[in-house]
Formats: sequence, C-alpha cells, structure tokens
Amino acid sequence: MQIPSALITLLVGMILVLTGLWVGYNVDLLPIEASSNAPVYDDLFRVLFSIGTMLFLGILGLLIFSLVRFRRKPGQLGDGLAIEGNLPLEILWTAIPAVVVLFVGIYSYDIYERMGGMAALNDHSAMGHSAMHQAVAGDGGGQEGEGAIPAVVWGGIGVAPSAVPALPVEVTAMQFAFIFHYPGADIISGELHVPADRPIELRMKANDVIHAFWVPQFRLKQDVIPGQPTVLSFTATRPGSYPIVCAELCGPYHGGMRSTVVVHEPDDYDAWILKNTPAAATA
Amino acid sequence: MTLAAPSDLSSPSPAPRGLQPEGWLRYFSFSLDHKVIGLQYLVCGFLFYLIGGALAGVIRTELASPISDFVSRDTYNQVLTLHGTIMIFLWIVPVVNGAFGNYLIPFYVGARDMAFPRLNAVAFWLIPPAGILLISSYFIAGAAQSGWTAYPPLSLTTPATGQVIWILSVLLLGGSSIFGGINFIATILKLRRPGLKMMQLPMYCWAMLGTSILVVLSTPVLAGTLVLLSFDIIAHTGFFNPTLGGNVVVYQHLFWFYSHPAVYIMVLPAFGLVSEILPVHSRKPLFGYTTMVYSILGIVVLGLIVWAHHMFTSGTPPWMRLFFTIATSFIAVPTGIKFFNWLATLWGGRISLNSAMLFACGFIVNFVFGGITGVALAQVPFDIHVHDTYFVVGHFHYIVYGGTVFVVFSALYHWYPKFTGRMLNEDLGRLHFLLTFIGFNLCFAPQHWLGLNGMPRRVAEYDPQFTLLNQVSSVGALLMAVSTLPLLINVLWSAWKGQPAGDNPWNALTPEWLTSSPPPVENWIGEAPLVQHPYGYGQAEGLMDVKVASGRQLWDGGNR
Repeated sequence: MQIPSALITLLVGMILVLTGLWVGYNVDLLPIEASSNAPVYDDLFRVLFSIGTMLFLGILGLLIFSLVRFRRKPGQLGDGLAIEGNLPLEILWTAIPAVVVLFVGIYSYDIYERMGGMAALNDHSAMGHSAMHQAVAGDGGGQEGEGAIPAVVWGGIGVAPSAVPALPVEVTAMQFAFIFHYPGADIISGELHVPADRPIELRMKANDVIHAFWVPQFRLKQDVIPGQPTVLSFTATRPGSYPIVCAELCGPYHGGMRSTVVVHEPDDYDAWILKNTPAAATA
Repeated sequence: MTLAAPSDLSSPSPAPRGLQPEGWLRYFSFSLDHKVIGLQYLVCGFLFYLIGGALAGVIRTELASPISDFVSRDTYNQVLTLHGTIMIFLWIVPVVNGAFGNYLIPFYVGARDMAFPRLNAVAFWLIPPAGILLISSYFIAGAAQSGWTAYPPLSLTTPATGQVIWILSVLLLGGSSIFGGINFIATILKLRRPGLKMMQLPMYCWAMLGTSILVVLSTPVLAGTLVLLSFDIIAHTGFFNPTLGGNVVVYQHLFWFYSHPAVYIMVLPAFGLVSEILPVHSRKPLFGYTTMVYSILGIVVLGLIVWAHHMFTSGTPPWMRLFFTIATSFIAVPTGIKFFNWLATLWGGRISLNSAMLFACGFIVNFVFGGITGVALAQVPFDIHVHDTYFVVGHFHYIVYGGTVFVVFSALYHWYPKFTGRMLNEDLGRLHFLLTFIGFNLCFAPQHWLGLNGMPRRVAEYDPQFTLLNQVSSVGALLMAVSTLPLLINVLWSAWKGQPAGDNPWNALTPEWLTSSPPPVENWIGEAPLVQHPYGYGQAEGLMDVKVASGRQLWDGGNR
C-alpha cells in the first residue's frame, strides 16, 4: 500500500502553514508596545513572520529532501532526468509569489494608513495646493500669511485629523544630543516628556548633520535633516521610560547619542509641565 | 580552420609573445589574455577580502563589549567605512564580475578573448592602485569616516583628506567597472561564435549581460554625484551643503540610484554562476531556461526603479514611500522564479554533494532567508522601525555574504580544476563549508533580533542589554575568520600537490571544459566548439543531439 503523493503533499503543506502561523503568532521577537502605532506594526510583523517562516521552512525542507533523496549513490554513474522545464509549473510559481507580494503590499499600505503615514504633511495649506505651496515657500515664503510653520515639511508621518488637537514639540537634533522645546510652556528639555493617549507632533530639525529619531517601543523612526524639516506624529499608550536612539551615522559619538522619552499619565504630565515652566516666562 | 576574430590580429598565437612575459610573471604584467586577467581579478580581490575581513574583525572585537574600548571612536568609523568600501568595490564587484566574467565569458560565447583586450587590462590595473590609495588614506590622514554611503553633510564635515581620497578611489573603481561592463556587453553581443544564438548561451552570459547593462546605466550617476560631493568639500560649493542652499536628500537619491542596482551588480552574476554549477553536479538540465532569462531581465528593469526604499525614513513624501514599497516587493517575483527553478533543477537529479554543491546549496538557504527579510524591509511601515538598525546589517550580509560570497567559494571549488589542472581537496573543502556556514549564521542571524529590539547600526557602543547576542555574533565572526584557513591551505597546497584533474573532471558540457586544463592561450587549439545545448545533461546516449556530440566529443573522445 502506497500513500498517494498528492495526499502527502497536502499534509506537508498543511503542517507548513500551521507551523508558520504558530511561529508567527507565538515567537515574540519585538520589544514592548508603547504607542498606538506599535500594535498595528506588530500585526504586520506577525503576518510577515508567518509567511516568511512558511516560505523559508518550505524551501529549506525541499532542498534538504532533494539533497538526501536524489544524492548520487555509490555505483550510480548515469545522469538525472532530462527535464528541461514545465511551463504550467513555472506559471504557478510566478503567480503565487506575485499574489503573495500583492497581498503583502496592499496590507502594508493599509497598515501605513492606519499609522497615519498617508496624512498630508503640509496641512496648513489647502489639500490640493501643497505642491504649489512648496514651490512658493522655497524662495519667498510667508506669502500665505500663515507664519506659524516656518518651512515646508519634507517627510515623515503627519498628524491624522482627530478630535484631540496634537501636542506640538519642537525637536532639534545636533551632534550629539536631542533638544526638546515645548512651544506652549516654553520649556527646553533634554528628555522628551509626553502624556499618554494624546497625539504628539514632533517638528524636527537638525543643525549640523543628519540624525534619526527612533523609539523602538513606538516602532517609529524619522530622519532629522538639516535644511529639511520633518515631522513625526504618534500617540503614546503605555506610561514608562523608553530609549530615544539616534539611528543615522552622525559622527564619532553616534553610538552615544541617546535620550529618553518619558510617557506620563495625563495628570502627571500636567504636573511636570507646571513644575518645569519658567517662573515668569522670562524674556 | 582558424577563426578571424579581431583578437587574432592583435596577438598572433604561434609566434613568441615578445614583450609579454611568460610563466608566472604574466600574472604581474599588463597581460591581454582574458584568463590571466580573470585570475588577476580573483587573486587581487581575495587579498582585499582578507583586509576587509580583518577590518570586520576589528568591528566585532569592538562590539564584544558595550562600551567603546578597543579602538577610538574616530578610528571605528574609519574602519566601518573601509570595511564596507573594500568588501563592495574591491572584493565582491571585481570578483563576481571581473574574475569569473573575464575567465568564462569568452569561452561561453566561443571567442578567443574579450572584445577589447587592452581595455580589459586597463580595467583590471585600475583596481590595485585604487585599493592601495583607499587603504593608504588611513595612514596618511585618517580614512573617510562617513560610512560607505558618504551622506552629506557628515561627509562634508569629517576630515576632508580621507573623504577626498575615498572619492578618488571609488571613482577609479567605478571607471574600472564601467570599462568591464562595456567589454562584457560587446563580447556577449558581438563576439559569439557563428551559429550560436542568444538563447543558447549559458545562463552566466545572460546574468553578465544584465549586470553590465546596470553597470553602464547607473555607475556614471554615482561618478557624477561623487564629483559634485568633492566640489562641495574642496571648493566649498553648495550642491549638497544645506548651509549654502544645497539639498542633502538629493545626494541620497543619486547615491542609491547607483547603489541599489549595485546590489544586483553583486548578486546577478552569482545567480549566473549558480545556474552553471547546479546542473553539472546534479546531472540535470537547468530547469526553465527561458524563464530564467526573462527573470534576469525583469530584475534588471525593476532594479532601476526601487532605489528610494533606502530612504523611507528620509525626506520622502508619502506617495514616494508607497511607490517604492510596491516596486521593491515585486522584485521578489523574478527572484523567486529563479530559486524555484534551481530547486526544480535539483529535483530528480543525481546530486554529488561535493564542496561546490554544498556552497551552492548554502547560498540558496542564506539568500532565501535574506530575500524574505528583504521583502519585509520593502514594506514602509516595517522599515520605519528597523531602518538603519542591525536588522538591516543582518539582512544585507545574508544577501552579499550568504548569497554572493558563498557562490564565489562554490565557483572556486568548481572552476579551480580548470584554472590549475588540479582538484581542490574535498575534505578541506567540506571543513571550509561547515565552518563558514555555522560561523556565518552565528554571526548574522542574531543581528536581526538586535535590530528589532533597539540596536542601531554603525555604533561603537550600545545598550548593555545587547551584550550577550553581540558576543555570540563576534564568536561567529571568529569562526568565519578561522574558516579562511582551510581554504587558503587548500588553494595553495592543491596548486602543487593536488590530484590531477584532467580536462573535464565534472563531465560538464559548457565550452570552457571542452579544452585542456589550464586552457591554452586563445582557449582552443583549432576551432572553437559550437555548444548549442550547454545544459544537455540527462539525455540517453542514443538520443543525443548530433551537434552537441560533435563539439564535445571532439575533445573528450566521446566518453562521458
């Protein structure tokens, strides 16, 4: 009695899919989630990890099986089978990766949108005019009469429209530190303090070379570029202290360019602001 | 029966070669023989590989502890810049293109030499001075400190001498690469033996054609960019200097317009070499020749429009992040086709698990892993977390070391008998594979976790919670260094004492094996064989194509 090979293939495929899903959803490789964006990111990660595990184990298994099953045994002198190709098979394994890649691409677009990545960066001008706004602001600036945002934002993750207005914090990166300025309270700090559950908008600029603002627990990173302001918006969810890491080579002390973001409960944050606001808003 | 190829006119074979030295001195001369030039590239590249490897050793020693304690911070940045530049421009690109390309392409098209032998020699002889210049910059004034990417404004503010020498050296190497690319395109398109059609060429020719198109299209962009960067440094122009109105992100676009295709310049030839090695040692035709060709061309086209995925966290608007996500993801399709075709080539074969095969299979495992992390990195939201971290370091070493360097070793075991007429020792070869495979995975697999959990790349110091895995990685690097010893011993010992190989130890059908080992000057005594079925394995003796039989059996007496 031979078990039909189609049945074996089906079983192997099922085991592979289940293993991939199990690994993807049970092997935790990521740091803790501390922003509203992190669980969304981790969903994407689990999907990619599952698909990747299936593919890798499948190909590894196929390779090892072939090497064992089709190894040259002593006394075998002849050649293998003269198979030069199989068009239906090749169409199949062109189509499957294409579909998988398309699915992954659309899914990650969805994720990116949920992260706020598709929000307009220069939302102080009307939606359709942002390109023109960029062109104008290049030389003259100020024609719009806005004045609040000094320059065009070149990249990053903008603020998604929401009921709660975002809390702006100005970030200046320099060799080898981040400086945080709270425009409302006129506080300057070397650490970033933010309230939980409120959108934060980091308006970032650099004075010397390119740096990158990265908080692994937020799953967010944005380069801070001299001459090209960028933004990074997020909502912290989990009170605690997390590292801020510079991720772009910025000179000899690049590895030491670190800071901390402290996520407060909203009440604690107000207390922190109160405690650190300059006494009489010194001129 | 002589073939009136242009090379015949420039160097008549029976006459004494006059000014050209004979014997081992040829390898130190301005030789025009493509085989000599190929071996010059190979040995020269390997010497730079040893230097680049020593620099990697410095990096891994520094990272064995979380504080900056082994070399100074300035030196560390110089070391990582030199490591990247040497490994890419002086080891991988010259070896997979220059060494194997020059050695094999004229055989594969049935020519006696490359289309432009003098240009070929010039292209090689640009490399040693460029490499020496680059390394000497460390001793003159300190090497460049801004990484192999040389992003301004960092490259404008770090010490200028080292950076300018770096630019000069990369310009020379880029020139060498362009000369080589032009030569390969001309040779493959115009020097084919009459009767040999494009779709009958061994796959490595297609890989080199695609690679050379990428070289010729994209390398000039890098050259122009670096010239502008050097103006910014020397003459204080403001192309990329934001304080003078320059734009630093434009540099990144121009740089990656070359440097992403450069990844394909490093892996496409490796794909070609694997396509030659697998059929021989599994005694089967290459599966899906036509789709292999089209997937190479697909990779070439797509490879030109994916560069900005290196800039997802830079000054890039949302639409650009999305476009390059989709384009990059789709490169997985033609690449996937190639891997499935290789697996199908193995399926049903009579596989000899020798060192060449082991390294080729190691390549498949490593590259599939690196490819999967690559598709993940192509997704903007994924990349925003891990960009510029050790995840990326792990990923690209799986591509360029686990992928291309494994193939270089595989190719060395495969073609060494052709180069020297002697076999490499199998036991030492397997030891080499085992050490390399274990050391490589030990070194680079943990780096993915490090990146996901918060360790950025290019740092000399890091959060102490990452110490253990960094030490594991350093042990892996030590194993990789040790693995070089069996290879070196094997290559040197076998050159004198190795088992004589005969002309065609693998019973291969591609034309380089249908001549003596090592081959004579101008490759064949008499007419070049016409090989229209380079992968005609597995056919029953009686069914053999008459044309195949005539070319091959002319040289090995009809016995397989």
